[in-house]
Amino acid sequence: MAGILVCIEQRNGEIRKASLQALSEAKRLAGGDLPVAAVLIGEGVSGQAAGLGANGAAKVFVADDVNLKFYSAEGYAEAVVKACEAFGPSAVFFSGTAMGRDLAPRVAAKLGVGALADVVALSREGETFVARRPVYSGKAFATVDSAGTSPQVISLRPNVFELSDGGGDAEVVALDGLALSIRAMVTEFMAAEGGEIDVAEADVIVAGGRGIKGPENIGLIRDLANALGGAVGASRAIVDAGWIAHSNQVGQTGKVVSPSLYIACGISGAIQHLAGMSSSKVIVAINKDPDAPIFKVADYGIVGDLFEVIPPMIEAIKAL
Amino acid sequence: MNCIVCVTSVPDTASVIKIGDDGKHIDETGIKWIVSPYDEYALEEALKLTEANGGEVTAVTYGPARSEAALRDCLARGAHKAIHVLGGEATLGDSFTIAKVLVAALKDQEYDLVLVGVQGVGTDNAQVGPMLAEMLNLPHVSGITSLEIDGGNLTAGREVEGGKEVVSSPLPALLTCHKGLNEPRYAALKGIMAAKRKPVEKIEVGTLGIDESAGGTYSIRSLERPPEKGAGTILQGEDDPAGAAKEVVQLLRAEAKAI
Repeated sequence: MAGILVCIEQRNGEIRKASLQALSEAKRLAGGDLPVAAVLIGEGVSGQAAGLGANGAAKVFVADDVNLKFYSAEGYAEAVVKACEAFGPSAVFFSGTAMGRDLAPRVAAKLGVGALADVVALSREGETFVARRPVYSGKAFATVDSAGTSPQVISLRPNVFELSDGGGDAEVVALDGLALSIRAMVTEFMAAEGGEIDVAEADVIVAGGRGIKGPENIGLIRDLANALGGAVGASRAIVDAGWIAHSNQVGQTGKVVSPSLYIACGISGAIQHLAGMSSSKVIVAINKDPDAPIFKVADYGIVGDLFEVIPPMIEAIKAL
Repeated sequence: MNCIVCVTSVPDTASVIKIGDDGKHIDETGIKWIVSPYDEYALEEALKLTEANGGEVTAVTYGPARSEAALRDCLARGAHKAIHVLGGEATLGDSFTIAKVLVAALKDQEYDLVLVGVQGVGTDNAQVGPMLAEMLNLPHVSGITSLEIDGGNLTAGREVEGGKEVVSSPLPALLTCHKGLNEPRYAALKGIMAAKRKPVEKIEVGTLGIDESAGGTYSIRSLERPPEKGAGTILQGEDDPAGAAKEVVQLLRAEAKAI
């Protein structure tokens, strides 16, 4: 039997949780009959390879090279393809992060196959992987497969698949003979101010819309987010008004998110916004207008003035 | 500087999505088709670059007859010419086959940059760009929100989790464009009139040596609407906002176990 190869993402030597979730899911799907391997790419990352056994990798291919210190689609694709040649997988998993979503299609094209992007559920029929993925920003869900082509390249949405561990050390195999020809390369990384949590990675999101009345009131949304250890989200309206950066936008031309808790404050719930957040596990809406569409998707709603509701909410959370 | 801009037609983002009779595609009744919003950023950037540096913008689409409207829209905004590969209904969502078709359509074109939207709104794959780059042997940067060109090199910014990456690359290159890159212009009446006289080259997909019925790399088994949610608990917070606030926090802790 062929197996599943999982591409592990690291930044500054720190392995990202989304990759470990993808690896854990690979191990679950593999059961007892498919081998699972990982490929770890970077500079000075070899020391972390064996530990990936904990999340299910029996073998870890390592591409450790000074030219792979920073991410490049071309360099990293070469390393993943080399690992495929060594392992011969029936499927290659990526985490659906900014890097994974960029790398997976480049790898797929290099392998001469298609790819399934941003999947939120997976099952296996023999060696065929069946994926469920949101389309039209979550207004519909498609059940898809790779039409019999192999390997099946799949990216898994972060924070959807459960992390599991408990395995022993993995066997580490160095990947040699990489033909690196890198043209487009990351030259600088500028961290977001204040180390804010990104909405795409957050487990809790507190989002503001026009109801917050002005950019000076983003602070109130941020205070509630901070009380819950969450990220600040935004409707398109306030992004287009310039009150907050586009990276905070949730919805059809922003980010599609599915956190454990989503609190919408002063957001009426345009169809494009609902598409981006309605798969959140628990949704709370705070809005003055009892007829706002956001209440239709809310598990809990408060009809009221957010300026009067949020401060006592923060107090009550702090008192827990 | 010659730019290729690949665009796709998608349902207006305000559309209500209904499932069609085949259970695999959307019901297209009453759908208004628009240029995919991210492709507008790609077109705008190409227009700005050619206005500053000379050269031409060629808009390319792969889609059924109705997709010509998307090309006319691009021409009205300032694209110089357009290529329409007719087909694409059988390969919806199959990024690999779409990229192969575009490679074939671009065979005789000369370009410094290929620009596309980060993803087609709807299929939401974000794959055609990087796949096309690999097939054309071009470097690529995806999801860019800033761009500077300096001679034969470009510097682009892209947002990633927790920050922004700055990427440099030689030209020619392929860029996938994200919101924030620019403010797309609207077509003026003069542009709309001029667009009617601009050339649109029509190519039947079969003549590019691609068999749409060959099965491809993406098979849709079914398409469903998301599960309907039951009615939520609505608290009236007009008279006692503090009371409602406390109650919702209690419910989130005790009932939903979300905090």
